Amino acid sequence: MEKQAFQKVYAKITNITKATVQLKAQGVGYDEIAMVHGRLGQVVKIIGENVTLQVFSGTEGIPTNAEVIFLGHPPRLKVSDQLAGRFFNAYGEPIDGGPEVEGEIRDIGSPSVNPVRRKQPSQLIATGIAGIDLNNSLVTGQKIPFFADPDQPYNQVMANVALRAEADKIILGGMGLSNDDYLYFKNVFDNAGALDRIISFVNTTENPPVERLLVPDMALTAAEYFAVDHNEKVLVLLTDMTLFADALSIVSNRMDQIPSKDSMPGSLYSDLARIYEKAVQFPAGGSITIIAVTTLSGGDITHAIPDNTGYITEGQLFLRRDTDIGKVIVDPFRSLSRLKQLVIGKQTREDHPQVMNAAVRLYADAANAKTKMENGFDLTDYDERTMKFAKEYSDKLLAIDVNVDTEEMLNITWELFQKYFTKAEVGIKQEFMDKYWKKEE
Amino acid sequence: MDKNKKTTGKVAGIIANLVIIDVDGPVAQNEICFIKHQETDLMAEVIKVLGNHAYVQVFESTRGLKIGTEAHFEGHMLEVTLGPGILSRNYDGLQNDLDKMEGIFLKRGDYTDPLDREKLWDFKPLAKAGDKVHAGDWLGEVDENTMPHKIMVPFKFEGAYTVKSVVPEGQYKVDDEIAVLTDSKGKDISVTMVQKWPVKVAIRAYKEKPRPFKPLETGVRVIDTLNPIAEGGTGFIPGPFGTGKTVLQHAISKQAEADVVVIAACGERANEVVEIFTEFPELDDPRTGRKLMERTTIIANTSNMPVAAREASVYTAMTIGEYYRSMGLRVLLMADSTSRWAQALREMSNRLEELPGQDAFPMDLSAIISNFYSRAGYVFLNNGATGSITFIGTVSPAGGNLKEPVTESTRKAARCFYGLSQARADSKRYPAIDPIDSYSKYLEYPEMQKYYEENVSENWLDGVITAKDILLRGKEAQEQINILGDDGVPIDFHERFWNSELIDFVILQQDAFDNIDCSTPMERQEYMLAKVLNVTKMKFDFKHFVDVQNFFKNIINVFKQMNYSEFQSDDFKKYEKELEKLLAEHVVEEVS
Repeated sequence: MEKQAFQKVYAKITNITKATVQLKAQGVGYDEIAMVHGRLGQVVKIIGENVTLQVFSGTEGIPTNAEVIFLGHPPRLKVSDQLAGRFFNAYGEPIDGGPEVEGEIRDIGSPSVNPVRRKQPSQLIATGIAGIDLNNSLVTGQKIPFFADPDQPYNQVMANVALRAEADKIILGGMGLSNDDYLYFKNVFDNAGALDRIISFVNTTENPPVERLLVPDMALTAAEYFAVDHNEKVLVLLTDMTLFADALSIVSNRMDQIPSKDSMPGSLYSDLARIYEKAVQFPAGGSITIIAVTTLSGGDITHAIPDNTGYITEGQLFLRRDTDIGKVIVDPFRSLSRLKQLVIGKQTREDHPQVMNAAVRLYADAANAKTKMENGFDLTDYDERTMKFAKEYSDKLLAIDVNVDTEEMLNITWELFQKYFTKAEVGIKQEFMDKYWKKEE
Repeated sequence: MDKNKKTTGKVAGIIANLVIIDVDGPVAQNEICFIKHQETDLMAEVIKVLGNHAYVQVFESTRGLKIGTEAHFEGHMLEVTLGPGILSRNYDGLQNDLDKMEGIFLKRGDYTDPLDREKLWDFKPLAKAGDKVHAGDWLGEVDENTMPHKIMVPFKFEGAYTVKSVVPEGQYKVDDEIAVLTDSKGKDISVTMVQKWPVKVAIRAYKEKPRPFKPLETGVRVIDTLNPIAEGGTGFIPGPFGTGKTVLQHAISKQAEADVVVIAACGERANEVVEIFTEFPELDDPRTGRKLMERTTIIANTSNMPVAAREASVYTAMTIGEYYRSMGLRVLLMADSTSRWAQALREMSNRLEELPGQDAFPMDLSAIISNFYSRAGYVFLNNGATGSITFIGTVSPAGGNLKEPVTESTRKAARCFYGLSQARADSKRYPAIDPIDSYSKYLEYPEMQKYYEENVSENWLDGVITAKDILLRGKEAQEQINILGDDGVPIDFHERFWNSELIDFVILQQDAFDNIDCSTPMERQEYMLAKVLNVTKMKFDFKHFVDVQNFFKNIINVFKQMNYSEFQSDDFKKYEKELEKLLAEHVVEEVS
């Protein structure tokens, strides 16, 4: 951390809690950062002369006579093209052994975009994963989380999405990432030769939890630099936002705030919205798209974290293990991309919306048939056919290891329709039937 | 609040956007002050006073603010500026014109003028010298996007006044003097087209507020037919995320029979507001043939904008609504979502360290919500003209649980409940309004019943009640079928179930993205309901439950084609004939 001349040094801390210290000081600005016993802290409360600092890495071992230096500015990041390809910690300091980044200094947690200056998102992001591209297409400027159980391979799927998406920059914000996952991301990006367009801000499980509160703002400050200053398409990956929210609740608890639902702070919605709403399509062409991960406990989406997230984000993606094919698939029922209507059938082939709906409907019929079978009822011929269709549809399209383009996904779906069903059972608009249904009836 | 000297103070404490100010003079609860941070003024509102400490909530980020910073108190509460030119504007929660702000990002302390001070308006006088007038009485009118915008005696004027002069017909700017009034003491007061009003106080410049007595057509069948909202009525739409709250709200604001639409996007997604910004200027208003945006005002305080201004945004929207109501116009006010407003209250109550109520919401949440809903209503103005504010708010219940405090408090205040059901949304039955749990208290109003008898038909209400009964019986039949199996119940259980499906598919479900089906006029709703109910009364010759399913699937398909066709067009009649044919194949006894 830089030191400046004439900074006043304080050496008398009056109160210490697990995460905060309090001292008497003058001329301190709200939100400004300070070095407390060599650790970074931020001003969270000022009452008269009493200033309360939240110490990100915890207060273990801080004595009452520790040196406190106020730096006179909020947390900052130096932005320039040198960010590309680098790995940083939550404070924006390099952790890859490389040199310090030179560039323009920017405060993190910048103001919101004026809503009238936004553009309606309209660019498809292709990932090659049919469970996403076919059924839940993503759009630039969108924000969408994976709702996943901790044992699901969400980080792998996200790494794939990141590499395949035609983004100019990919920014990884890792919060409470296990060291193994951190190395996984590093290897995958390295092996793909994509390191030059990737920037990572990582807080691992080895780092103090409160530090991770800085990660999204760091990642998004870098994202805004590339999207606004360079009109680039930026994809931001945030994993795991549940651990971010947990850190919020730790801080609010230490600040003696009254918890609301699920012991989360009452401001959880605003805190999460402030981050997710950074997703934006700018009129000049730059965009920030956020793909996040929210881990669930026992699949419970009514918990305050996924619940508030669901109200903020534009849809959600669910992963599920399909035991019939032994693979993980993108669940077509519970997943939803709210912005897909803006691109499907417009930037993708015209038959996309109808084919997507018909396939999901037939897949739902298969689920009903399966329930019937499990309850010991007789199956009709149609039931049998839907179940065969569902298995193949799951394997060839929904599985997360699929990598084909959207046109091919639609062709595969048409093939499956013709293999198992009659025209009437598929029930798609006549003009598309005429064009894509090749089989004689 | 007449004072010689403005109260000033110095910042003595900062906790996020709650700031404590040491004041040197009198301050009022809810008074506005500006904190001079470096070169920018940060606007704030007093929310608590303890001794000489005023606790204020700042409508902006307090980053960098220091102890000792000066603050100036304004001597008035949070006010909006009312005058011609509000329609078609995009404001933030404090009525700053968003389009006038420079740059991509919102800047702290960037307060812009809500009105255009240079534009010339065609003014026509309505009052003449010698007239006795009161607050809210019409002095003249200007043409605002073809809407007759009344220039009124400012609402703040108390008592009776005599018109001394009104300017002749001609072009004037909003700040030009358009009339001079004389008060009871003989003092002359100049009046322009602009006035200010504190948002948290209801405008009461009307004679009487009767019970709502006629429905407000929304074009949404499940509302208009089953659970109508009254003109001047209140309703709310609770629903878990992904059940189509916003699509439904947009549909209502596009189609409802209103002169002016005010949309408060309160703490919701910015991209949804962008959708309105993008679509409304393109969409035609079916009633005037002009663009929808011309009769719409948007108050956008999205979820990432300052929290304190979120609370103000719904009040700003309501006050603008009251202003247009006083002109004798029908205003539709939509707020999406009132839960975010309640959360803003919770955040502040928490910082004030107040004892919390349920889920940490403030104890007076229920009272605040009731008070807000009560500002809607149908009114008779002093000159006998009528105006109305119909208010529909959405609620985003935490965890989809309708027992949470915001939903419960709103239920006490609003007269219509449009519960969105996750199960209906999952099976793509849109709009996902639950037909059985939802209600409209207005159906019980004798005034409304009389209106239906006189203006729709004598047996309309009987039909509506029959339809509701069929839906309920269908649900019961379905439960039985699920337990006992298709074979395990008599055929009339299947008929009962499919009769309810018929109403569900033909009346309740509606395609918001289809140009014709999206909006159904009352006349057409009446025709279709009668047609559907007629089918439910017929007796058929089914031998097997599969016959029932196939038959109903077929007629539902034809009915849906009718819904997609222009009313009484050739296509419509073609499908109607096809329907008669299908019915004739199985009907054994027709009941008229």
